Amino acid sequence: MNSKSPNLVGLARKVAMTVNGAERGGDVEPRVLLVDFLRTNLRETGTHVGCDTTSCGACTVLLDGEPVKSCTLLAVQVNGRSITTVEGLAQGGTLSPIQAGFHEEHGLQCGFCTPGMMLVGTALLKRNPHPTEDDIRWAISGNICRCTGYMNIVKSIQYAAKATAEAAAKPPVGVGAAAGGE
Amino acid sequence: MATETHHIHGRIGQSIKRIEDARFLRGKGNYLDDFVLPGMLHMAILRSPHAHARIKSIDATAASAMPGVIAVVTGDLMAQHKLAWMPTMSGDTQAVLATDKVRFQGQEVAAVIAESKYLAEDARDAILVDYDVLPAVISPEGAKAAGAPVIRDDKEGQKDNHIYRWEAGNQATTQAAFAAAHKVVRLHSFYPRCHPAPLETCGCIADVNPATGKATIYMTSQAPHAIRTVFALVTGLPEQQIRVISPDIGGGFGNKVPVYPGYVVATAASLLIGRPVKWVEDRNENLISTGFARDYYMTGDLAVDKNGKMLALRVHLDSDNGAFFSDAQPSKFKAGLFHIVTGSYDIPTAHVTADGYYTNKAPGGVAFRCSFRVTEASYLIERLVTNAALELGIDQAEFRMRNFIKPEQFPYTSATGWVYDSGDYPRAMKVALDKLGYDDLRKDVEARRKKGEVTGIGIASFTEVVGAGHGAEFDILGLRMFDSAELRVHPTGKAMLRMGVKSQGQGHETTFAQIVTEELGIPATDIAVEEGDTDTAPYGLGTYASRSTPVAGAATAMVSRKIRDKARKIASHLLEAAEEDLEWEVGKFYVKGSPDRAKTIQEIAFAAYTNLPEGMEAGLEGVHYYDPPNMTYPFGTYAVVVDIDKGTGQVKVRRMVAVDDCGVRINPMIVEGQIHGGLTEGFGIAFMELITFDSEGNCIGSNFMDYLLPTAWETPRFELGETTTPSPHHPLGAKGVGESATVGSPAAYVNAVIDALSPYGITNIDMPVGPDKVWAALRSKGVTE
Repeated sequence: MNSKSPNLVGLARKVAMTVNGAERGGDVEPRVLLVDFLRTNLRETGTHVGCDTTSCGACTVLLDGEPVKSCTLLAVQVNGRSITTVEGLAQGGTLSPIQAGFHEEHGLQCGFCTPGMMLVGTALLKRNPHPTEDDIRWAISGNICRCTGYMNIVKSIQYAAKATAEAAAKPPVGVGAAAGGE
Repeated sequence: MATETHHIHGRIGQSIKRIEDARFLRGKGNYLDDFVLPGMLHMAILRSPHAHARIKSIDATAASAMPGVIAVVTGDLMAQHKLAWMPTMSGDTQAVLATDKVRFQGQEVAAVIAESKYLAEDARDAILVDYDVLPAVISPEGAKAAGAPVIRDDKEGQKDNHIYRWEAGNQATTQAAFAAAHKVVRLHSFYPRCHPAPLETCGCIADVNPATGKATIYMTSQAPHAIRTVFALVTGLPEQQIRVISPDIGGGFGNKVPVYPGYVVATAASLLIGRPVKWVEDRNENLISTGFARDYYMTGDLAVDKNGKMLALRVHLDSDNGAFFSDAQPSKFKAGLFHIVTGSYDIPTAHVTADGYYTNKAPGGVAFRCSFRVTEASYLIERLVTNAALELGIDQAEFRMRNFIKPEQFPYTSATGWVYDSGDYPRAMKVALDKLGYDDLRKDVEARRKKGEVTGIGIASFTEVVGAGHGAEFDILGLRMFDSAELRVHPTGKAMLRMGVKSQGQGHETTFAQIVTEELGIPATDIAVEEGDTDTAPYGLGTYASRSTPVAGAATAMVSRKIRDKARKIASHLLEAAEEDLEWEVGKFYVKGSPDRAKTIQEIAFAAYTNLPEGMEAGLEGVHYYDPPNMTYPFGTYAVVVDIDKGTGQVKVRRMVAVDDCGVRINPMIVEGQIHGGLTEGFGIAFMELITFDSEGNCIGSNFMDYLLPTAWETPRFELGETTTPSPHHPLGAKGVGESATVGSPAAYVNAVIDALSPYGITNIDMPVGPDKVWAALRSKGVTE
């Protein structure tokens, strides 16, 4: 899908990227920020803007699986790359373990920082499936939350780690207890 | 008798998961900036780089000719429509766009309306303003100084920078008590300027329909109805032609209560252009121009007798209100509810005086997560009490216990006239001390100090006053501070609840549904709670000052009870039994002695539309406007343990115990979440957050690299405890909790630091207690690594 940028003046570049598994693109000025491209051109508004200075993490997305702050990248810089936003976390109607964790552990209040927090948590668990509390606190320390005081965010990510581990340890259907595991 | 209680999901006291989570977890919330209207334009505001300057000229020629620019709006244009100035919530005036002078750095000077945000900002930067820079005033001290420039020379008769003088209590009896005192303990304390800094900034989309004249304004507002009325008064538009919609809000904490110039300019621009206009602040604009908090210079004197009993309290404060007196607070009170300053203590007499001053700083003193200056009051008394205990050589906890208002004294009338509804302060203290292991910890502190460690324990036993009204005492611009709930039960037994308040993350869609569940037995997941649209919601004063559960929660209970009364009549008809022969058990009426002869609320709801008694109006719905008989008085004891690094001045919070009593808890999970958040904002205020200014009035703290907010890394782990003292006048016994932790915790953190430093003769460090200040204080006493 292509869409014409309402920000367009002068020199426009074509960009194409994978967003949540779908090929997306458009014509943008080189100066257009990735977050503006996602929100304005692609109308994926789950990625938020909180500070414009790379400080708060509300705009965090995953770039080829790594958390980046999309207010500090230009859309043209991610040409040909793969982006995951909050809209890409649930698979069909099923919440991802991180999303389920935030719901179960009351890890969100106003919801504004939540997409960024959940994406950082997702990337952390991919890299480190069994993080300590300090691992989690360090991982989310580039993301500010004004509502929760972080304790329940930590628990939410722990919930997801546990749920993922338990799912992995479950014997495949039809195989008995001999498959072992915890 | 029906003994078997069937489980109904979401009754009071159940920590059910939040109903509103579903959309936020999927990135499908609808925050202001997510809305796109057909033909929508974008607005960027040009702000003053100077704190104080006369405007010589504004040249928008080049800006107007730039690509995509539709209009440049200046103060002169606004003045032609009599909108260059607007009234404030504290009876003053505030410039919408500057015409004569700029009075603070960041003040609104002009606005560009363009086809995109980028183009609007391009053109904004091309507007040329010629300023004649004037000396800036950045503190009450500067405002008072001989020869200080008069900031508000626009106001007839204003010859200096003084705004108000205000007092409470009794001067004569207080003076007499001080004259007879065994000891007087004094504390000078500056509660510095900080900022609520919700993660979502403020903004609006104004959409004035050129055909009908109807103005629909999407706005990040905590108080949409009050804003609608203010807009009607300011613009002269008929009120039915104004619709304010507060969509999902990304945090408020008081920052989203006031009316900001951007809202007025965007609305005027939409009216003139005939297209929707969106304005969304960036973070810098949010921090330098919108409602700040605190900025109080306080002096407290506490008189005590030889037994360590408090005799009298005397407080004076100078308030830095910025360039316009636009504090969002009840009309009657110039320094908010500061006169709750006697706190949790039985102090026979008190006298409080306050002076407000104009300075060349941003206006709009808001209650940052507190009930109108309660935080400043709580901080002062709790700091003063700890200092007094240290000076008298009495243990901090013991000194508090000795002076608490006793449980049997409630309802208690304070020396400044508040009628505390209920409380049990010694119990909350005891729970906190037990949880902390206070006696052992005290010994541990002494042992560590002997080894040269710098460590201490801080306590704060706060009392809040929240849940305004009642309406006769508390009003915003004359609007009585009631609140409302409208409940419609549909034929299938599902319900729609509409409220006059507005959640900003507090979980109203769950909490208020649970109140209906408790009162009517409709499961919480069958109830849709809707807030924020003034065309559909009943009139209310909004969400701030911890008033949603005390006021709108009470309205919800009351409207549910009205509906239950009608349901009883319908049940009587359906069961062919007299009304007085029916028993209510949550979710159904049954005939006394015959529990099988019952009708559920769902069956009754269906009958309300299909099978009514002769002569009864159809439907099952109602509305209730609740004007509370009194405020509620949540309280608690917080205790903090800190370790201080002598070499760097770094303070580490080792433990933080928070015992809250907010009366009956509707959803304990949500309550604890509110407390976690408040303790963290309190931690930020105590140690990190600061809006300050250089001598020219340049704002330091204008972005998140300079205005430091706590991250997960610094934030302590909290240990929570609770006691429950129900409010005697609230229909559910609830008191409100959203702000307790921000009100109570800063003093607990700082008291721990002062306790740790007390062996060196250090008695005060003003917030934020950064390592630089602690290091300097230790060095000043000759303490080195």
